[in-house]
Amino acid sequence: MAAERAKAEPSTQIWNDPNAVPYIRIENVTKKFGDFVAVNNVSANIYRGELFALLGGSGCGKTTLLRMLAGFEQPTSGKIYIDGVDMADIPPYERPTNMMFQSYALFPHMTVEQNVAFGLKQDRMPVDQIKSRVDAILDMVQMRQFAHRKPHQLSGGQRQRVALARSLVKEPKLLLLDEPLGALDKKLREATQFEIMNIQDRLGITFIVVTHDQEEAMTLSTRIGVMNSGQIVQVGTPKEIYEYPNTKFVADFIGSVNLFEGHIIEDEPGHVLIDSAEAGTPIYIDHGISSAPGAKVWVAIRPEKMELSKANEGIGRNCAPGIVKGIAYMGNMSVYLIKLDSGKEVKVTMSNQRRAAEHAIDWDDKVYVSWHANSPVALLS
Amino acid sequence: MTNRLSWFIIAMLVLGFAFLYGPILVLITYSFNANKLMTLWGGFSPRWYPVLLQDAAVLTAAKNSFIVAAVSATFATVLGTMAGYVLARYRKFHGRVAFSGMVTAPLVMPEVITGLSLLLLFKAMGQFFGWPERMGFSTVILAHITFCMSYVTVVMQSRFSVFDMSLEEAALDLGAKPLKTFMVITLPIVAPAVVSGWLLAFTISLDDLVITLYTNGPGSGTLPQLIFSKVRRGVDPTINALATLIIAVVATGVITSHILMTRSEKRRQRDIQAALQTNK
Repeated sequence: MAAERAKAEPSTQIWNDPNAVPYIRIENVTKKFGDFVAVNNVSANIYRGELFALLGGSGCGKTTLLRMLAGFEQPTSGKIYIDGVDMADIPPYERPTNMMFQSYALFPHMTVEQNVAFGLKQDRMPVDQIKSRVDAILDMVQMRQFAHRKPHQLSGGQRQRVALARSLVKEPKLLLLDEPLGALDKKLREATQFEIMNIQDRLGITFIVVTHDQEEAMTLSTRIGVMNSGQIVQVGTPKEIYEYPNTKFVADFIGSVNLFEGHIIEDEPGHVLIDSAEAGTPIYIDHGISSAPGAKVWVAIRPEKMELSKANEGIGRNCAPGIVKGIAYMGNMSVYLIKLDSGKEVKVTMSNQRRAAEHAIDWDDKVYVSWHANSPVALLS
Repeated sequence: MTNRLSWFIIAMLVLGFAFLYGPILVLITYSFNANKLMTLWGGFSPRWYPVLLQDAAVLTAAKNSFIVAAVSATFATVLGTMAGYVLARYRKFHGRVAFSGMVTAPLVMPEVITGLSLLLLFKAMGQFFGWPERMGFSTVILAHITFCMSYVTVVMQSRFSVFDMSLEEAALDLGAKPLKTFMVITLPIVAPAVVSGWLLAFTISLDDLVITLYTNGPGSGTLPQLIFSKVRRGVDPTINALATLIIAVVATGVITSHILMTRSEKRRQRDIQAALQTNK
């Protein structure tokens, strides 16, 4: 879906425009709690109208970064600018940001309507204007008929929509979402993902979403910042992150991947040749990586970019022999666990375009795992 | 595991209840004793109740008790809520350990000591500042606030420590200033704890004797003081009637608050079930 949007509107890739002025600037932000460094010298530029995902495991600092944007935590050092304004001395209640909390944080003693109106009331907006704004936003999230219910009279999905409405109603410059879909079941998650994307398209508000769910980040966002132990290790579109991870961590964290350790034999502008004992075959990649011959590298190949065949079609490279150790039939595809002759186990997924019988690859069969020269990614760290 | 209650459990239950409520039952029974001698049963009669209600001293003492309890419970609730909030929220500040220890010290301090020290303090203050000139409402209320506040602090600290901080953050995030957030979000949500803290303080103040004896003066004698002095002069059946009335008042309060709480909890559970059903 994210890829589709990029295709439809190629001009929206504003981050590739060198003249574009970032809407949110995070400059060398560090946050320490005592001796623990939660966020370590993070810098990022986020542009107006983006849906930026901060993706990482628990304790990677993504929530701390979000809380610093909202003003609940102060950076130990570094600066945050929103629309050109330094946020250092601005308390949460004066920031042009609103947050949707992981727990939703709906006020239990107020109705849905009162919850949503709360933010507008703080701005001393006239009552009739509040009423029309609240009604409009409740219509948008389809919660109008529940306006007079209290939060405990709502289901999880309904609460989530109220929380979203409450954070959107003030039309903030920046909307922060902390694990917005964390508490929902799978079907509801998918529906809500698209709902959030729709709303974001319609209102043009800049979103920053914190999530540990790579699928959620891939589907929702224009760009992803992958975080690990307090640092942003890679920023890119979902496609860039998936196809060209820059470290083993990113390759492994996003999707599943087979990693082979090896040494560079040849590194030319047009190709790289890598000797890998783990793969049991020389690996040829059709793009250079510019590093010294003999350097240690890791080669990452996605399971769906590998192929299985019973006959040796290789030309002495990018083709490794092995034995089928397991097959997981998943309906639309099957995952094969192959033990290569080198002893390394790899995962290969094949889509089930034809009926299973015709595949005729079975347990303990001798097979050859091969891949195209543009599929592997060589990683230096 | 059988579903039937074993005789042992039943016996324990009966013994337990007898131990707790036996004395009270005896007291209530004897309040309807026709005989002037407390220890001799002379037949059923409610005659001590009208006598009691015509006794000006009893009525004044009861009024004094309620004034002292209501005023000190109110102040103790305000102070205790503040102290509980600080202790639950601010994990680190200078003197936190000392503050936490001192605010709850009256819970474990022997009342005789607390009462004596307060008496000495008030006397010294009276000499140096000319206030309080003598013991009375002001001193007994101040004394009651000090120990009632400890109980409220404990109640409120435990309430605030389980309070979902993100509710306050959400209010700040939506543009409410900290004080406003406390008044319109925090306080309404913890209101039941505030009420139960107040009730606790009220009952504790109402039945305090020892500290009251030290810090009270003439003209503001409380009910426990009156009962205490009456008993010393010889037990009078009206005391039983008075005690029965106090028990009735307390029991009514406890039962009402319990009914209110279970009702709202039941309603909440029903709403949750209904919400889950509509979501299916």
